[in-house]
Amino acid sequence: MLARRIIPCLDVKDGKVVKGVKFRNHEIMGDIVPLAEKYAQQGADELVFYDITASSDQRVVDKSWVTRIAEVIDIPFCVAGGIKTIEDAGKILEMGADKISVNSPALADPQLITRLHDTYGQQCVVVGIDSFYNEETGQYQVHQYTGDESRTQVTAWQTADWVKEVQARGAGEIVLNCMNQDGVRKGYDLAQLSAIRSSSKVPLIASGGAGKSSHFKDVFEQADVDGALAASVFHKGVIPIPDLKAYLRQNNVAIRD
Amino acid sequence: MSQQIVIVNTGCANISSVKFAIERLGVNVAVSDDLKTIQCADKIFLPGVGSANAAMASIEKKQLTACIQSLSQPVLGICLGMQLMVESSEESLTGKTQCLGLIPGTVNRMQTGELRLPHMGWNTVKPIGDAPLFKGLDDNSYFYFVHSFAVAVSEYTMASCEYALPFSAALHKDNFFGVQFHPERSSDAGAQLLKNFIQL
Repeated sequence: MLARRIIPCLDVKDGKVVKGVKFRNHEIMGDIVPLAEKYAQQGADELVFYDITASSDQRVVDKSWVTRIAEVIDIPFCVAGGIKTIEDAGKILEMGADKISVNSPALADPQLITRLHDTYGQQCVVVGIDSFYNEETGQYQVHQYTGDESRTQVTAWQTADWVKEVQARGAGEIVLNCMNQDGVRKGYDLAQLSAIRSSSKVPLIASGGAGKSSHFKDVFEQADVDGALAASVFHKGVIPIPDLKAYLRQNNVAIRD
Repeated sequence: MSQQIVIVNTGCANISSVKFAIERLGVNVAVSDDLKTIQCADKIFLPGVGSANAAMASIEKKQLTACIQSLSQPVLGICLGMQLMVESSEESLTGKTQCLGLIPGTVNRMQTGELRLPHMGWNTVKPIGDAPLFKGLDDNSYFYFVHSFAVAVSEYTMASCEYALPFSAALHKDNFFGVQFHPERSSDAGAQLLKNFIQL
């Protein structure tokens, strides 16, 4: 039986893992490789590396750390942040990443998804979506450039429509980051994820809001997502991965041994 | 004497992952599209990701088709590499992609009903009988899959997996072995399978 995936996300800046609040005041947490190895050994099913160096400035970013990860990690991993062209993606895949994730550049040029699909295949094309629930309008809206507060903007896309569009263009997986929940640790946005689930024929990964083990159980049981992504609860040791997996297994969620 | 192990350079993207996984076992490995190097190897890996038509076009362009078909030493196809080992694939721009024809069978798009495609993530694999590649591995060990096309279960199925319907997780005929999953990304179980192949 296909297992649900537990996916730690590591923010990378200048080749180091960092943590910060809303992309500011970054604190270096350590070297990428040992942290990635630790998560793999603890039973993470997949890792996402989000290069925030790339997202916030225009210079050419050193991605040589991707090779160092690929050398030691024996679980799949995805690289996100700053991938704007098929050449950018090709270099990262050649270095050994299994998937690449695009977000703002795909909104700027939706054709990018099509080209990535046609060049490298659907299996490695992940589209990240930052979705915000606007209480006044009652609508979920896609936001762009969320990595940089001064540039963040609301797009014309409603989330459900963008989800359909990226699938039509060849996305192999969707990571839905629910912005209202992000960093609050009060649980995933079950209502939104359930709604998007019904229009997503590709794997859907929940992001934003994990604070305790029961949040993972809820998102798998109630929103039927394929994977759950989280950062701070893992980095701060709030939820050790082996404990989380044991808890989910006890609750009859399909989880890898 | 140490073995010569070669990864056929099919021009696909996951070659470095496969190379690193073999190197983690402490084994030297070369990546090559040179006919002589491939023919002289003791063990050969045929990796692949992407689409069957693009991969076959790349193999034909490199004039490797006849070379691969004539190999008598153990060959392990991985993911798309396994799919290339059968007769033909439905994954095509023209209706049908002719494959290498090393193992009888065809590749078809998975019929999954309400389940998502691609079939992506860790799924349990059940070896059939006394499969040497699965030596030391539990029945229903988890391996990492990413694919939308698959080979149906047949007499050449060495291990099966289920996603809406059962399909071949691994194939075997004579010296040709193939796995639909990614052993290079399947943690300890994957490392054990690669080790088993190298020790054949």
